Amino acid sequence: MLTFAAKRLFLGVLIVVAAVSLLYGMIHMVPGDPVKIMLGPRATPEMKEVLFEKLGLNDPLPVQIVNFLGDVARGELGYDVFTGRPVGTIVAEQAPHTIILVLASIGWAAAIGIPLGCYASVRRNTLFDRISGVLTVSCIAIPPFVVALYALLLFAVWLQWLPAIGAGERGDLGSQISHLILPSLAVGLGWVGYIARLVRASMLEVLGENHVRTARAVGLPEPTIIFKYVLRIAVLPTITLLGIGIGILLSSAVFAEIVFARPGIGKLIYDAVTTRNYPVVMGSVLVTTMLFVLCTTLADLINALLDPRQRSGQ
Amino acid sequence: MSATAERVSIWPTGAWSAAVKGLRRVVREPLGLVGLILVALVTVSAIGADWFAPYDATEINVRNRMLWPSLEHLLGTDQLGRDLFSRVLYGGRIALEVALISIGLAVVIGLALGMLAGFGPRWLDAVLIFAFDTVRSFPTIMFALAVVTLVGPSLETIMLIVVVTQIPVYARVVRTQTLALKGSEFIMAARVMGVGTLRIMTVHLLPNVIGPLLILASMDIPFVVTIEAGLSFLGMGVRPPTPSWGSILNDGYSFISNTPWPVLAGGIPLILTTLGFTFLGETLRDTFDPKLRRIIE
Repeated sequence: MLTFAAKRLFLGVLIVVAAVSLLYGMIHMVPGDPVKIMLGPRATPEMKEVLFEKLGLNDPLPVQIVNFLGDVARGELGYDVFTGRPVGTIVAEQAPHTIILVLASIGWAAAIGIPLGCYASVRRNTLFDRISGVLTVSCIAIPPFVVALYALLLFAVWLQWLPAIGAGERGDLGSQISHLILPSLAVGLGWVGYIARLVRASMLEVLGENHVRTARAVGLPEPTIIFKYVLRIAVLPTITLLGIGIGILLSSAVFAEIVFARPGIGKLIYDAVTTRNYPVVMGSVLVTTMLFVLCTTLADLINALLDPRQRSGQ
Repeated sequence: MSATAERVSIWPTGAWSAAVKGLRRVVREPLGLVGLILVALVTVSAIGADWFAPYDATEINVRNRMLWPSLEHLLGTDQLGRDLFSRVLYGGRIALEVALISIGLAVVIGLALGMLAGFGPRWLDAVLIFAFDTVRSFPTIMFALAVVTLVGPSLETIMLIVVVTQIPVYARVVRTQTLALKGSEFIMAARVMGVGTLRIMTVHLLPNVIGPLLILASMDIPFVVTIEAGLSFLGMGVRPPTPSWGSILNDGYSFISNTPWPVLAGGIPLILTTLGFTFLGETLRDTFDPKLRRIIE
């Protein structure tokens, strides 16, 4: 297990290094130079020269990449072009909003998805199972930003039950929660589908196992079997799913944050892209990529811990 | 007599009847039937946009701005007085165009790289796998935003992003299949008979890996349609005034408190398309290749 963990972690680090280099290299493959775009059309050659020197752009590309990797390792992600604030600080300020949104979405999705999948597997091939099957596929297929728009239209514009923009007043928990409902609805809906499907499939697998047959033979009541011996095992793959799915989660969070004008990493990246604020884009894409790689690596490790067969490689 | 006649025409009739049989199996599933109808509807309206659209999709008529649906404008008009029904039809064309071209390219390149990784020397396999993992380590939308910042928004940028992010998905599946088939008897036999590697890959391997790959690719259509619409919604995809479901949604979002129609007109076809392709894709997979379910999930 330790060898596997070490190998997997090493691969994770290697992937992050490659991803960072790729991202950095991409800036330089683009026609037109980033400094000109950063400074705007009125920049003088002297200003360009100073910024070039400051950013170390006169060095050969491999040297620049190594320097950049060193900066990233020290937590220095560059500075905002407009305000001059360190990108690391900006990302750290915005991250909690996104994390709260993601957690709330996953929370309600699991609260509905797990019972739904569980019940569908127990009532396998009944009308309920078929309907819930169609519903879960639909939840997955509908684009989250369309859900966000329709939620905005229905609950904020027409019914005016819930607020449409922002993250709520600071320190006012009620207002913060009411601002969280619609975005988390949009981000979480697809996850109801993912989770219900996965729980149903793994429930069916566990229900066919020997220990369940034994429990039935002993005469344990069905609810005890389901909740104590089947569901407990069947929810485990959901954890792995979350690890792999963090990319999808972050992507839907980007859209939800933009539609509901809610602060967070997604809004940060979007605003930075529209103003061509390179360091902020690169910094925040980097942070989310590292988070993504970390989560997939952790998911792999948890998987290997639970299922020794996964450790052998393929 | 009849036996010879049958043998002569075995290839075309065989393929044709197999296709008809397959279609019948798909249609027998309620979900498959609904999917097929939706996909047909979207495809026909996209191809026939020139004939069905009552107005020019980019024609501005400010006097008719933000009209509600009527017989003249079936879905109403947007903030510039453009006919939403016409825009929706042409938007569907863009969506399908992006999906088919970029998935097609990704399938071809993924197929080649996947077979190369499975069939080639071990070091090449390791390098390719590492490259795939690196590309997949970016969350798709984040990668897309980074690329758009650098290259600028356009239809081609979206296609580039889709091709780059989808190649690893297909290549991995092809590689796994290739590895599984590499040691099988018919490949060995071909090798012993002195068939060249390129010929083995194209003639013997390709027909065996392409089926599951095509099903996988068809299941990615809704994903790609969503990416195109999503990026265009963010103003980072199709450039105005070209209609796209995403840009219609973006216009609608800006004027959401004035009129609900652009948001409804842009979103509902998008939902129907993703649902249709998903239903059809899942039915195809379950009827033709139930084993695939494990690979995907």
